[in-house]
Amino acid sequence: MATQQTRSLARFMMAPSVILLFVWMIVPLAFTLWFSFQQYNPLNPIRDGFVGFSNYALFYSNPAFLYSILNTLTIVVSVLIITVVGGILLAMLLDQPMWGQGIVRILVISPFFVMPPVAALVWKNMIMHPQYGVFADIARFFGGEPIDWFGQHPLTAIIIIVAWQWLPFATLILLTSLQSLDGEQKEAAEMDGAGFLSRFWYLTLPHMSRAITVVILIQTIFLLSVYAEILVTTNGGPGYASTNLPFLVYQKALLEFKIGQASAGGVIAVILANIVAFFAMRAVGKNLDK
Amino acid sequence: MARAVTTQHKTIATLAAWIVALLIFFPILYTIITSFKSEQEAIQGFNLIPSGTFESYSEVQQQSGYFKFFFNSVLLSVGSTILALIVAIPAAWSMAFSPTRRTKDILMWMLSTKMMPAVAVLFPIYLIFRDSGLLDSRIGLMVMLMLINLPIVVWMLYTYFREIPGEILEAARMDGASLWNEIIYVLTPMAVPGIASTMLLNIILAWNEAFWTIRLTTTNAAPLTAFISSFSSPQGLFWAKLSAASTLAIAPILIMGWFSQKQLVRGLTFGAVK
Repeated sequence: MATQQTRSLARFMMAPSVILLFVWMIVPLAFTLWFSFQQYNPLNPIRDGFVGFSNYALFYSNPAFLYSILNTLTIVVSVLIITVVGGILLAMLLDQPMWGQGIVRILVISPFFVMPPVAALVWKNMIMHPQYGVFADIARFFGGEPIDWFGQHPLTAIIIIVAWQWLPFATLILLTSLQSLDGEQKEAAEMDGAGFLSRFWYLTLPHMSRAITVVILIQTIFLLSVYAEILVTTNGGPGYASTNLPFLVYQKALLEFKIGQASAGGVIAVILANIVAFFAMRAVGKNLDK
Repeated sequence: MARAVTTQHKTIATLAAWIVALLIFFPILYTIITSFKSEQEAIQGFNLIPSGTFESYSEVQQQSGYFKFFFNSVLLSVGSTILALIVAIPAAWSMAFSPTRRTKDILMWMLSTKMMPAVAVLFPIYLIFRDSGLLDSRIGLMVMLMLINLPIVVWMLYTYFREIPGEILEAARMDGASLWNEIIYVLTPMAVPGIASTMLLNIILAWNEAFWTIRLTTTNAAPLTAFISSFSSPQGLFWAKLSAASTLAIAPILIMGWFSQKQLVRGLTFGAVK
């Protein structure tokens, strides 16, 4: 059916999206690459000029860099483990017959719709505040000392907040996948005398594997760029204890006006994201074939 | 399923699920409760029963003009979504109905633009916005949000459109329907649910976008994300007011979200999990 005419019509219909996304991808990235080889300070333009790779060297030798990479990876990996394991357990629980399943689902999914700054502020002030937070109330009730979450365990606190935001997402997707599992298969396995664990291991888990992959990939994209949660709670501190790569780049660019270094950091962030994206694309591409 | 479910099993499952669900929902619940307390009450330790005052709400509006931010959020999320739909519908349409060998590659490439970390292009975008006078403008931010969500919109629409059977078009054509009639009477009714779902999910995503909306605005175009972030500076204890502002910021989208659970799964997994 694809005549020459329909084909050119199709191309015409696709053009706006493709051109917009192409410009959106290429132009800022080209700028960033350009700035990463420049000395550029909007407040002090006298020494501006081409500096080769020294921005990369500076950014790399900054002690904050190593911290930020480590923190970025710690956030991604910890949140992934919490949400995937928790999500599987929760999905299996919600899949049981129960009263009020609809309401339970609504309650569980809700945190996902809370905008990041609100989530962070609520946790910071209402839950984890060392004086007035609920955690402090609980600690005092049991005669313990309240923990100063953001002072002593800033990264853990951020991981808890981010995991709270993403656990609903993982649960919802895994539950959807679980519900498409054939009931007869389950019954057959049961009749064959398969115990709960072996049913989980040989039937449920393989069935969910595709959903688990998707959850991991999509969350990774978002977790690599956690920003608002850090801005609102710890501002990257104390020291660099909770600074991740996006936050470090933001600090360099908009607080210290070291544009060259910030851009070098941006390029590193792009490379990091691309490594992840490479695997992500392959997996999603595979799913598309099915 | 013919499996008999014992009442005992069901009771235990119900109990466990409700406890877990309430724990997960608790921070939101407690925020809503605190928003109806007075400032003194709010810091007097754990207490689930508020006095039921609305003073925090009226103060939030009076002191910081909550509704201006709310209005910006609505405008930005709905506006950017409509823009994205206008651009994406033709693209998704042509990819779904006259796919070529490269369609899949184009889709993949679109998705890959979503993986570019925002911070990497923060400064160039900041410069472009500053030099073209778009900083703190609603139009600039609307276009920005449109670009960010465009890949997801194209993808979602594509997965919906692909499910419309092509034969139905041929049948309509055989019956002598003109192209116009074909679009109005055959395609639109079948495409509307998919477009509506896409719209819903995209409004939610745009509403909650918290990087560009914070960095590219100051006062004029600032939506609720920027408004809430301004509460992070330690300016004294305003628990009740913070709660009221938070409740107002998340309530509309929370309710929309409850209606869009199914679409959410589909949209955010690019059709891989349905």
